[in-house]
Amino acid sequence: MSLSATSDSPETSKRPSVNSEGVTELQNAVIRFAGNSQDGIQTIGGFLARLAGRSAREVMTYMTIPSTISGGPSIFQVHLGSGEVLSAGDDSDFLFAFYQHSYDDHIGSLRPGGICLYDSDQVETIRTDTDAIHVAVPITSATVESIGGSARDRGKNLFVLGMVAALFKLNKEKIASLIERQFGRKNEDVLRNAMLAFDAGFAYPIGNVLSLEFDLKKGKVQGEDKVTTDGNTALTLGLLAGGVRYGAAYPITPWSTIMEQLRVELPKYGGLFVQAEDELAAVSMALGFAYAGHTAVTGSSGPGLSLKMEALSYATMAELPLVVINVQRGGPSTGLPTSVEQSDLMQAIYGSHGDCPRIVLAPKNVADCFYIAVEACQLARKYSCPVFILTDMALASRIEAFAQPDLATLVHEPALDQATRGEEFKPYPLDGETRHAPPGTVMQGGKYPVVTGLEHDEWGHPSASPVLHAKMTARRRDKIKAFGATLPLPEIFGDDAGEILVVGWGSTWGPIREAVDRMRAAGRKAGAMHLRHINPMPNRLDTIFARYQSVVVVEMNDEGIYGYGQLATLLRSRYCDPKIRSVCKTDGLNYKVRDIVSRVEAAAAEA
Amino acid sequence: MSATAETPKPLTKKDLTADHPTWCPGCGDFAVLASFFKVLEKLQIPHEKICTIAGIGCSSRFPYFVNGHGVHFIHGRALPLATGVSLSRPDLHVFAFGGDGDGYSIGGNHLDHAARKNVNLTYIVMDNFVYGLTKKQTSPTSPKGFKSKTDPTGAIDQPINPMKKLVYGGASFVARTHAVQVKHMMEVFERAILHPGFSVVEVLSECVVFYPGIFDDGNPRKGGQFDVIEEKKWDNSPEDADRHDVSDENAAYRLASLQYPGKFGVFYETDRPTKNQLEQNMIDATREKQGAVSTVDLLSSRFASMK
Repeated sequence: MSLSATSDSPETSKRPSVNSEGVTELQNAVIRFAGNSQDGIQTIGGFLARLAGRSAREVMTYMTIPSTISGGPSIFQVHLGSGEVLSAGDDSDFLFAFYQHSYDDHIGSLRPGGICLYDSDQVETIRTDTDAIHVAVPITSATVESIGGSARDRGKNLFVLGMVAALFKLNKEKIASLIERQFGRKNEDVLRNAMLAFDAGFAYPIGNVLSLEFDLKKGKVQGEDKVTTDGNTALTLGLLAGGVRYGAAYPITPWSTIMEQLRVELPKYGGLFVQAEDELAAVSMALGFAYAGHTAVTGSSGPGLSLKMEALSYATMAELPLVVINVQRGGPSTGLPTSVEQSDLMQAIYGSHGDCPRIVLAPKNVADCFYIAVEACQLARKYSCPVFILTDMALASRIEAFAQPDLATLVHEPALDQATRGEEFKPYPLDGETRHAPPGTVMQGGKYPVVTGLEHDEWGHPSASPVLHAKMTARRRDKIKAFGATLPLPEIFGDDAGEILVVGWGSTWGPIREAVDRMRAAGRKAGAMHLRHINPMPNRLDTIFARYQSVVVVEMNDEGIYGYGQLATLLRSRYCDPKIRSVCKTDGLNYKVRDIVSRVEAAAAEA
Repeated sequence: MSATAETPKPLTKKDLTADHPTWCPGCGDFAVLASFFKVLEKLQIPHEKICTIAGIGCSSRFPYFVNGHGVHFIHGRALPLATGVSLSRPDLHVFAFGGDGDGYSIGGNHLDHAARKNVNLTYIVMDNFVYGLTKKQTSPTSPKGFKSKTDPTGAIDQPINPMKKLVYGGASFVARTHAVQVKHMMEVFERAILHPGFSVVEVLSECVVFYPGIFDDGNPRKGGQFDVIEEKKWDNSPEDADRHDVSDENAAYRLASLQYPGKFGVFYETDRPTKNQLEQNMIDATREKQGAVSTVDLLSSRFASMK
């Protein structure tokens, strides 16, 4: 039995120990469920994640969804740990294979000596060239038997959850209450069947075939229960806390779950969300809300953002505040709609026509989806401009546990500013901040403002004066620059000087940290720097770069024609530093920690 | 609404006049603007509550010529922006303006959806059958054979029928008028503004530079005929049987199918709940169910459900 960390991991402290009762104590466990998308494996993965959040454990999940309309292979991976969990795990310790194709596709993801529990009703051929421990369980027939009647095999997921609960000595009552919360709303029969399947799985005599039991250690710090949720939900709640009451969008994966939630949530707050006829209408309606004096949002994924771009240029020109979300997926075009990629960075910064500066932010993990949404609302109001949030497919769907944000200090209560404007009112003063007078405002001078996409003077009146266009272009640029000047240098994780600095943005935050941990444990002087503010970025990053022998930017996009990823290109163009190298990938999958380590090392060696 | 206890100063055409229009001398749009001013004067809408919104085109310059809150937006998207303003600000009177290119071509789909949703606003289309701002290209309403810079040998595509499009789309008030018939235009504008829901007025407004004379057939002073729709009076008289029932969608289609220059007046009018009201009902029902809860408490309970 070698469930210990594999040889490429120096973290010997995470080696499991066997206690006096023969129970293997684990610091962390990576469990992969492989089945089809309709088997409900996301549901049980979600239960396990939530249970971890209730037991002072860390958790991160990873899922793949087929882009087909119904069905198709799907996995859900849960990384549970009593220490810090930064990635969804490179390899799994446990694999639950529902079908032959699940087995064939995922047996390779097991660590050497890992355990594969497979449905012996479905999986017929087992590989003999692996040292995995194979455990056959007739999941399908046992589920049908437990529920009885015409239930067929629905409920296999809960049967498996029952087995997991027994195998890992999880708190059965807590799981039962989660099942009740999930299914109790539907009807009694559904809940009864779910509990029957769960109990049957829990009682299944797994000990007859697997003489091992596991106990996942509890975290050291026992505090309040953590919030366990996915990035799109955290982002939705951040928008609500930040003061968004109006929005409009068009459905597209993986953005849709944000608009679905806003549609349901906003009426509770007295607002509303409109499903528009297309992306252009969506951004235009959102700008209508913004013009009317509200903090508004629109969002989409890459293809939808392309369609919104003309109106977003207008928002820069007219200086209207708007929060714009891009849940990135694999592109170009329809690309890989359910895979992860960070290839819309340049689009966010430069995707519109004309000189069109705007703010671009990127959250680093699920909790940060909440905080960055709050910040985006504040920035949109303060700088009266579009503020992009670049999240991605991985963050959208993965589940993490985090402490509940301090709502009392973060919540913004929106108020319509309709105070009478005096005769001196200028929406676009050359020497001051942009302040609109929303419709409904009485204008004391009797002169009412028209907001326009034409170049205009300080009063908003159209003007084609060459001098004015230069001044106003500079004004729109300088306010973004001024925001950049307020940004502190990012914190450095690991060694704050030395051999290698790994730079990242977005959802790679956790895996990059874990990679830096491993590099340092192997004797490297390495640090990690993560950019949440990408446009503008903080000033004087060069003072950080100067402290390292090499700087390697890790991104999930293509190296492009000149050999550098999108953030790497920006950093090189700003700092003219040939030391900045680039590590890119375009397979639509999250980075494995060991891949970051090996590729960063290779890039640093080249430098 | 005045901040003082005094009766507010009545709204006059002078208060509403802004920049002198940049339209060419003789443009039909001047009369549309003048009629709009007169109707606002008559209805005495509070000055600060007037909001005019337009996209791109000659007629879309409208907001600059009205002294009121306004937006000059991008090509074809005036209606979605106006939808956002209308839905979130029930206190305002929202007006959208535009031409045939902005409304029926690049913005054609938005028109269908604003109509379907019955958004509470008034949309005035100044249709001149030609692209004027870009100097004479074919428009979606240009008749077959019209010689433009993009169709030097004459337009070959069938033009759209705006009245059919509007009735089909679901607009709850659909009317047609002619820019030289100021009295008729004012009557129709007033009814459109007072109509709760999505009201549209199609105005034949001549471009004297790029398509002169095109609307003479509807102008008695140029030898044409301005044939006004007679609406039912519901007086049980024998004549009434032949009059137009504005609530009859099929009758509206029949009017829309008449040979050019056709008839003028209200084609269709129906009382249908607005999106504004339906959304507000949903907000009210939700809030009544949850009771008076602060934002922090609402969010806190949502977070608690995820623990």
